[in-house]
Amino acid sequence: MAAPETSTAAVPTLHTNNTLRNAFGGVLSFFILLLIGVLAFLIRLFSVIKYESVIHEFDPYFNYRVTQFLTKKGIYDFWNWFDDRTWYPLGRVIGGTVYPGLTLTAGTIWWLLNSLNIPLSVETVCVFTAPIFSAFASWATYLLTKEVKGVGAGLTAATLLAMVPSYISRSVAGSYDNEAVAIFALIFTFSLYIKTLNTGSLFYATLNSIVYFYMVCSWGGYTFIINLIPMHVLLCIVTGRYSSRLYIAYAPLVVLGTLLAALVPVVGFNAVMTSEHFASFLVFIIIHVVAFVYYIKGILSPKMFKVAVTLVVSVGLAVCCAVIAVLIALVASSPTKGWSGRSLSLLDPTYASKYIPIIASVSEHQPPTWPSYFMDINVLAFLVPSGIIACFLPLTDASSFVVLYIATSVYFSGVMVRLMLVLAPAACITSGIALSEAFDVLTRSIKFQLPGVSSGAEVDEGETSSDTTEARNDEVKAEKPEEKSKDRPSKKSKKKEREHVEKPSAKAKVKTKAEKKRLLALPLEASAVSLLLLILLGAFYVVHCVWAAAEAYSAPSIVLTSHTRNGLHVFDDFREAYAWLRHNTDVDDKVASWWDYGYQTTAMANRTVIVDNNTWNNTHIATVGTAMSSPEKAAWEIFHSLDVKYVLVVFGGLIGYPSDDINKFLWMVRIGGGVFPHIKEPDYLRDGQYRIDSQATPTMLNCLMYKLSYYRFVETDGKAYDRVRRTEIGKKYFKLTHFEEVFTTHHWMVRIYKLKPPKNRIRGKTKKSKSKTSSTSSSKRSGTKKNPWL
Amino acid sequence: MGKLWAISIASIFILLPFLGNAFSPESPTDRRVLVLLDDSAIKSSHSIYFNSLKSRGFDLEFKLADDPKIALQRYGQYLYDALILFCPSVERFGGSIDLAAILDFVDSGRDLIIAADSSASDLIREVGIECGVDFDEDPSAMVIDHIGYAVSETEGDHTLIASDDLIKSDVILGSKRIEAPILFRGIGHSLNPANNLVLKVLSASPSAYSANPKSKLSTPPSLTGSAISLVSIVQARNNARILITGSLSMFSNRFFRSGVQKAGEKTKHEKSGNEQFLTEISKWVFHERGHLKTVNVKHHKVGETDEPALYRINDELEYSVEIYEWSGKSWDPYVANDVQVQFYMMSPYVLKTMSHNKKGVYSTSFKVPDVYGVFQFKVEYQKLGYTSLSLSKQIPVRPYRHNEYERFIPAAYPYYGAAFSMMAGFFIFSFVHLYSK
Repeated sequence: MAAPETSTAAVPTLHTNNTLRNAFGGVLSFFILLLIGVLAFLIRLFSVIKYESVIHEFDPYFNYRVTQFLTKKGIYDFWNWFDDRTWYPLGRVIGGTVYPGLTLTAGTIWWLLNSLNIPLSVETVCVFTAPIFSAFASWATYLLTKEVKGVGAGLTAATLLAMVPSYISRSVAGSYDNEAVAIFALIFTFSLYIKTLNTGSLFYATLNSIVYFYMVCSWGGYTFIINLIPMHVLLCIVTGRYSSRLYIAYAPLVVLGTLLAALVPVVGFNAVMTSEHFASFLVFIIIHVVAFVYYIKGILSPKMFKVAVTLVVSVGLAVCCAVIAVLIALVASSPTKGWSGRSLSLLDPTYASKYIPIIASVSEHQPPTWPSYFMDINVLAFLVPSGIIACFLPLTDASSFVVLYIATSVYFSGVMVRLMLVLAPAACITSGIALSEAFDVLTRSIKFQLPGVSSGAEVDEGETSSDTTEARNDEVKAEKPEEKSKDRPSKKSKKKEREHVEKPSAKAKVKTKAEKKRLLALPLEASAVSLLLLILLGAFYVVHCVWAAAEAYSAPSIVLTSHTRNGLHVFDDFREAYAWLRHNTDVDDKVASWWDYGYQTTAMANRTVIVDNNTWNNTHIATVGTAMSSPEKAAWEIFHSLDVKYVLVVFGGLIGYPSDDINKFLWMVRIGGGVFPHIKEPDYLRDGQYRIDSQATPTMLNCLMYKLSYYRFVETDGKAYDRVRRTEIGKKYFKLTHFEEVFTTHHWMVRIYKLKPPKNRIRGKTKKSKSKTSSTSSSKRSGTKKNPWL
Repeated sequence: MGKLWAISIASIFILLPFLGNAFSPESPTDRRVLVLLDDSAIKSSHSIYFNSLKSRGFDLEFKLADDPKIALQRYGQYLYDALILFCPSVERFGGSIDLAAILDFVDSGRDLIIAADSSASDLIREVGIECGVDFDEDPSAMVIDHIGYAVSETEGDHTLIASDDLIKSDVILGSKRIEAPILFRGIGHSLNPANNLVLKVLSASPSAYSANPKSKLSTPPSLTGSAISLVSIVQARNNARILITGSLSMFSNRFFRSGVQKAGEKTKHEKSGNEQFLTEISKWVFHERGHLKTVNVKHHKVGETDEPALYRINDELEYSVEIYEWSGKSWDPYVANDVQVQFYMMSPYVLKTMSHNKKGVYSTSFKVPDVYGVFQFKVEYQKLGYTSLSLSKQIPVRPYRHNEYERFIPAAYPYYGAAFSMMAGFFIFSFVHLYSK
């Protein structure tokens, strides 16, 4: 959008000399790109300006902690890091289970800056890594779209991507997560693939493998690449678009890429052993077979070739069947059919909710709602279809890739909210193409309708881009028809026609061009109005993006704010609680909380946690879930057996913070019950409804989570009115027997409890009046194995 | 206690028995004892017992239980290391002492001796209950035994019992066998069998029961047989020790000196077992026996001496700890063949009995299991009559580093060969393909 508008000013000077014009175009695009980069960076700084330069959310804290370790101890210690402060007492081999791309990137930036005597803190570097890489990502989008539809579309797509809300949500300053660099790597891999496909250069193929390696380092989403590219290759082969360029683009990527991917510790042998990668190998075999067939075809006479085909097909089919049978047997022998749970839930959206509550419990693994499409990609959702149509005019190898990319990513985004992030670049690319084509057509129409105005200026803004597009397409096509001439005569002739239409424009044959174009031109008023509407649409998009960046996506989620009549309220309870832990507890104390807060506790409070956001051990999480769902005494025993000393719960009932532990509690029950069957979900529901008011079940009112959340809550307003659940709680007055409250933050958002030590003495029977009840209960207790309480 | 428990869970060195304990391993001698009496006559009538304590170096301070000036602590410091309650009938203590003060005294690791009798007040019973001992709730009941009574000149109501049903433990009762039966007259109590802190030292015979000797039995007595405990001891979790008995008179000079003949037995002992029994058990209560301490917990790799911050899987390591027992005068090496160390992560991966060198040093060596994680060296030593030892020390075990694996595995030589021959073949092929025309 910015691109065509800006270039308008420069147009009159450009028409005299073509080379000069191209040079100017180049310089202009360079500056436009620079501005796009600046825009991408600046629009993500709202969080720093409105809040502070701080790491956001949960996972970024882990990445930040790892980066700190890396900068302190060096790369080898990082590689071999065994972390004994998480997943107590199991520990976690961080070096072997983390995607190191982001950490190494930020670590390298920090190291570079420091060696240049720019003493930035690690935190600052981490905060600003994401905005920097989103600038890179928009440049990569430019490269990709330029390869598909020329510079104009490229610039438009880059501008769109620079501020697409979906991507902003994961890359605002402080959002130091894998996706921040991974999206750049994803787009850049695709653009290099397209580049290789268009040029057939081994240099770009190698570069592509290296960028793919960076992607593998950065994010588990690399499986998207290693499945999408084979799909595209297969598509090309099936539609008869096989060429040596395709071979060069694909074969080195599979070989080099797989070898490089296996170097990343977290991937390792998965690169050749899991089903996610099988598609690439299968297509690798197919492309070789196809290449061989083309080769044979070239050296044999047509008759001989026919004989050979029948021979090979019959033999080949038999072999293929055998191989496929073996593969199926191998895959079927593994319980999950070789697929990881996350990938399975991609293919079968109901898989996770059926079998893996721990995946289903994460909000970003839920399917998105319709409004979230409008929120996250806004007007792009409407531009995408026209962009897809534009990709078919004409359908090249590159544009077919874009179509495939958008189709698959739309599907995936429908499965998981998180994958909206993969859709966003695709949507930007197609929308960029659509917008640029639309501007192209409309401005051209205006130009022809207004001969007086544009008689001198034969080229207008839309054409600067379309010309270069066409020029490029011409280059590409120039070599293409020769290969294709044999099998696709009809297509070729069509293409020739098109070339015939467009070539003159490049050669500036005004007369013929004018005639031809007059046929395509739209009425003046219609074009003007549409142009205006398109600009309006663009403006709406910009306004929405800026709003999203400023209001919706820049909250760091560890600091909350709310506007009331009395002004701005800041809820800094999380950091208050973590600071309390850091200053008031022993260095080796273990803190139990639901896993959401694990990363933050280790990073901010520097205390050992039982479970954290890297949910690798379901049983361990289920143990904590069971403890939270158990009555106090059973919970105490579970926690005590894990050497836990403090229990941290997040409670939003006082200020109305909805994502607190009570709202997450059913997941704890489900996950706990998945491993320990004595925890049953229906026990916590009254007639299938989850409630904490006086209708709640006794199991619910006696579980640890309820007690720790609502202990002394009635003292706040006398009624114990929960503002999240909008009801008075069921049990208001109770005492804790096995836990004691040690700290509650200012707004009661975080409450920390300490496990009471076992009593020094064991009481005898109680007084006469209670002797009866106590004797029955004591006989019951003597049945349990060990009871330090009595 | 809070701080204490913090440290113990945090698995730094736990010397649970010694922190915040009146019986401190640093200064175990010169202990002050407060004796609270109902009646100052008891001071003389029980003088043999008191003198035996004094002769062992205790500093006794006698006060009447309702003396308004008595206090257990001043300015937050305890004035005494042990408390003897020979005041069964007291309803309210004088001064600042009440039930909670006594319990706090115990919870701070200090020792307590309680003697009740048939006039035991609710307050004394309440102290007993808090320590895990339930005196017979019938205020007029006494322990009666029509078979195991002590023969005396007058045929009484058989409330003077001669009992010899003692716990078999050298550490509690001393190594010298107590020959003579022990005279007892007072109330019985029962223990909760689930309570593993309290021990029955002297129990009544199977024929005993607890009832009012002056009235006829209308209902079956609530306490019967050997469920009745006459003398019990409690060792709290912080190793404070408590002696509880339902008879004050068993400490008296009269019982100490009198001869005893159990009904139905021929042998008449010149002297009852009371003196020996109560003296020996007071040694236990005042930590002169059975009190262990551990020092110098060390662990290191075989062949090294420094303690590492973490181990690697499959390392060989040595673990040693020194255990001493207080003898009343000095710390002597503790000798036993059943001290075990665990290498523990949620469950013991290694459980080994440690060997000792007879000088108190226990040691063993073992191989770290092939499992990484945060382990603990744990010594959980709980033996009848001894203070419980509970040491744990956290130690992480890491997996191999990336360069600690074998570089070349003999079994893989065919693969190396295949790889290199492939490379050579490809080179030759390319060469031939490119340059042969």
